[in-house]
Amino acid sequence: MAEGTTDVPIAGYSAPRPRAHGSALHRMARRRSTTALLMCVPLFALLAGFVVYPFFYSIYLSTLNRDMTRFIGLFNYQYLLSSNTFHLVIFQSCLFAITAVFLKALIGFILAHVMHNITGPDQKLWRGVLLLPWVIPPALSTLGWWWMIEGSYSAVNWLLQQVGIHPIAFLSSTAWARFWIIMVNVWFGTPFFMIMYLATLKSVPDQLYEAAAIDGATGWQKIRFISFPMLKNIISITTLFSLIVTFANFDIVQILTAGAPANTTHVFATYAFQVGINSGNIPMGSAVSLFMFPILAVFAIFILRGVTRRTREAI
Amino acid sequence: MSSATLAAGAAAPRRGRRPSIARERRWALWTSYIALAIFAVGFLIPPYFELVTSLKTSQEIGAGTDPWFTQHLFFGNYTSIIHNPQFQIFFLNSVKLTIVVVCVTMVISVLAAYALARMRFFGSQMFATGVFLTYLVPESLLFIPLFKELANLHLINNTWALAFVWPTLSVPFCTWILIGYFGSIPKELDEAAMIDGASHLQMLWKIFIPVAMPGIIAATIFAFTVCWGDFLYPLAFLFTSKQMVLTAGIVSTLIHGDVLDWGHIMAANILASAPPILIYAFLMDYYIAGLTAGATKG
Repeated sequence: MAEGTTDVPIAGYSAPRPRAHGSALHRMARRRSTTALLMCVPLFALLAGFVVYPFFYSIYLSTLNRDMTRFIGLFNYQYLLSSNTFHLVIFQSCLFAITAVFLKALIGFILAHVMHNITGPDQKLWRGVLLLPWVIPPALSTLGWWWMIEGSYSAVNWLLQQVGIHPIAFLSSTAWARFWIIMVNVWFGTPFFMIMYLATLKSVPDQLYEAAAIDGATGWQKIRFISFPMLKNIISITTLFSLIVTFANFDIVQILTAGAPANTTHVFATYAFQVGINSGNIPMGSAVSLFMFPILAVFAIFILRGVTRRTREAI
Repeated sequence: MSSATLAAGAAAPRRGRRPSIARERRWALWTSYIALAIFAVGFLIPPYFELVTSLKTSQEIGAGTDPWFTQHLFFGNYTSIIHNPQFQIFFLNSVKLTIVVVCVTMVISVLAAYALARMRFFGSQMFATGVFLTYLVPESLLFIPLFKELANLHLINNTWALAFVWPTLSVPFCTWILIGYFGSIPKELDEAAMIDGASHLQMLWKIFIPVAMPGIIAATIFAFTVCWGDFLYPLAFLFTSKQMVLTAGIVSTLIHGDVLDWGHIMAANILASAPPILIYAFLMDYYIAGLTAGATKG
């Protein structure tokens, strides 16, 4: 397309000499694509060296024994699949990702609608305030959360004591630790959903809502029959995207619990870190990470489909 | 009111029960404000708590008094953390690395996005899709092979290792949104420049970058945020405090010190969160435009 429209006017000058025209055009196209390739070389080198190569290297590493001296085939995978700890990791990763993403999408959806009702500079102000959790580096804000809930003298426990509830050792109990991990993730990630939905809501024509209001639609009906269909595509894209990011999350779990108590709150990333970096078993750690790949790949394919469809609609 | 007049004949008895559109809107507005206020308070609790803690003396933190308020504001934590040599090193490393990586990212992505958006070549479409897919690769998938790869390159426990691995987090998304921004520039502009005899680099520098400035700013902010806030890579690849950057440094070094001084840690935390917060405060619109463009354009 780009060639077609840009080359024509220039080629027009050499029209009287058809033979030269053809070869000049040919040479031009060749030079252009050479320049284009050269411009892509840095990107290509970066991705090849630090994304594609490590990925295949990781597959290779995962087939070695602990000291990386001997090929042991799929033994690492077999071992993980039969290990109870790893079953817990799979369970916790799925529980964490699904619950957290559902809550983020739900609260983000509500907040976007609520925000959409407000107009003018007020909206900008509120949007800025509600975006704050997303802006602070998650590792740093999670440290603040940790200090807020950890131990029996923590700030949350102090509040509970004011209303007569005994202090709870939140991060030493599996259920509470899971609850807080999801809570921190929802706190951090909701603004992203809110922003994405809000931007899409703004592109929905107001007339649709006005027509519905005249027809006597209730608020719920407006959401169900206008907002939801209009937002369907962006909801699926953001949800899938967030599933990937949440599923592969490291910061929050590592800082809040690092897998404690008794490995019950490990997700793939933190377990891979413990096995691969802390205990120095690089092959096993690679295997843990690679278990994420099939799931992520499926999500990625669906995202790509959604994005391509959206782009086509936009054109 | 129009609904009332329209419906007057047919639905006269229902007039009392059905609110008018105007009244309904007012009601929606008030509930919206209330809901927003509740969520805003909830969202602001953790940052507020960090701020309060950072303004307390360690005696007051240890005394077990009300953790949510402080009797008198104490700024000593900030002055002592600013003079803390470790913190200074972390901050300097973070600034140094982030600037380098943001510059590298912008050069790589602007060049590639221009080529992919404007100069189609064999496989360029597939390549653009591939760039988008690498954006979806999470860092936790690759940190272990990268650890081994960096060890082979003798870059483990070296701050500059991050200059190689951080761009993999920032470049794909920046390239992707820039392809979208560049693609939306009318082709007449480059045709005119081409007729005037401009080379590709001149076109990129004099037309595409200035016209796509909002996209460039959004991409720069994104690259900055990713690098400044990254935690896993520095934690995995750096060990000694001379090489550390802020996020991993605050979490691993200050915490594992002999004395857990939470006033200090929270002051460090707030100083480390300040640069992104300031950038967002001034450039939020660009960032949001870029963020939403990532999923819609390209």
